[in-house]
Amino acid sequence: MVNRIEVRGLGKAYHNRWLFRALDLTIADNSVLVVQGPNGAGKTTFLSIMCGLVAASSGGISIVLEGRQLSQGERRRQLGLVSPELKLYDGLSAVENLEFFSTVRGLPFSLPRARELLALVGLGTRGRDFVGNFSSGMKQRLKYATALWHHPHILVLDEPTSHLDEKGAQLVEQIIYEQRGRGIVVLATNEPREVKFGDQAIVLA
Amino acid sequence: MSWRSKSAAVCLKDLRLEFRMRYAYSALIMFAVTTLVAISFTLAGGLVEADIAASLLWVIFFFSAMTGVSRSFVQEEETGTSIGLKMAADPAPVFLGKFLFNAALLLSMAMLVVPLYLLLFNLAVVHVGGFLVTIFLGLVGLASAGTILSAIAAQSAVKGSLLTVLSLPILLPLLITATNATRTALYGGHLAGIMTDIAMLIFYNGTVLAASLLLFEYVWNE
Repeated sequence: MVNRIEVRGLGKAYHNRWLFRALDLTIADNSVLVVQGPNGAGKTTFLSIMCGLVAASSGGISIVLEGRQLSQGERRRQLGLVSPELKLYDGLSAVENLEFFSTVRGLPFSLPRARELLALVGLGTRGRDFVGNFSSGMKQRLKYATALWHHPHILVLDEPTSHLDEKGAQLVEQIIYEQRGRGIVVLATNEPREVKFGDQAIVLA
Repeated sequence: MSWRSKSAAVCLKDLRLEFRMRYAYSALIMFAVTTLVAISFTLAGGLVEADIAASLLWVIFFFSAMTGVSRSFVQEEETGTSIGLKMAADPAPVFLGKFLFNAALLLSMAMLVVPLYLLLFNLAVVHVGGFLVTIFLGLVGLASAGTILSAIAAQSAVKGSLLTVLSLPILLPLLITATNATRTALYGGHLAGIMTDIAMLIFYNGTVLAASLLLFEYVWNE
């Protein structure tokens, strides 16, 4: 497998209590991994370690693209994250948020692309509105636009349909389906409707 | 795209948010002006000794910096925006952007506070050039040290207390040097004395900026 995510001996402990340990799995390209488990089992922590936001207590997760293991900086460029923990800037408009994240990623900003992405997530007419005035569902939709901006190879989704209505949930299903064709999706959820997307699953106890 | 445009994007984003939300600027200006006016009334127009006048200016700058600059990373942590920033940006441009924003914040505050300070305490500056350079370098130093201290404090559960404790040993050399140079610039003295202090401030700023850039990646990814 040229492109893959390798989880080897992964463990995370907080204050001498192991959330999980000795996790071993390989996530192949063009597949979806579903991470399940009750509240507090470590689903978000698992995703945070994958994104490089939290350090593992033992083992680690390596991302291999084109046969080469990615550094932290390269990993940043290949990951898109949507999570309830991640917040966008309330004092900026939707377009300004996209412009900011594009620039700090070192990518040129394109207004037509911003409009295209905002239309995709159902915010086509709200680009100039401040995010602070958005509902929680609209903010969730904008997170998808931000996560997809740089065409990431790996899309990491924590509770992917939280705050979304039925149309929003359908949109997420479409995004997961399309991303699976382009690369890898890792999603943490207990929703039966989302679990069915998984090509493989791990259950954290 | 270079690290300069990425740093500029972080600085511009903070300036936009500050202009729209006024997280720090109002508190910073209110603190400085209230302190100046209160002391001015207490002195009732009497002359201020050189040591006290110079110290007073830097006490105001120090506490204003702690009020405003300390928010830069704490704000990102408290609002949850730091995760998006960590996912998108390399650490160095984030630090430089925040530093530039903090320097701009403090320098714009000084443009209002310094004329008021000279007016209220009826002070005439003897070495104008030395005075302005000292204020510029001192505030840039406060911004650079304040930025890295804010980043460290933002990772802690006791943000405010940690910042105050950490800032004392790190900022003391800057404050002593800047106060010395300000006293000489205000009340006259050997120009060579100011030049030595200015050289010290340049050395301090260079050292703190370089050390902060090296340290920041570890603090940010903690």
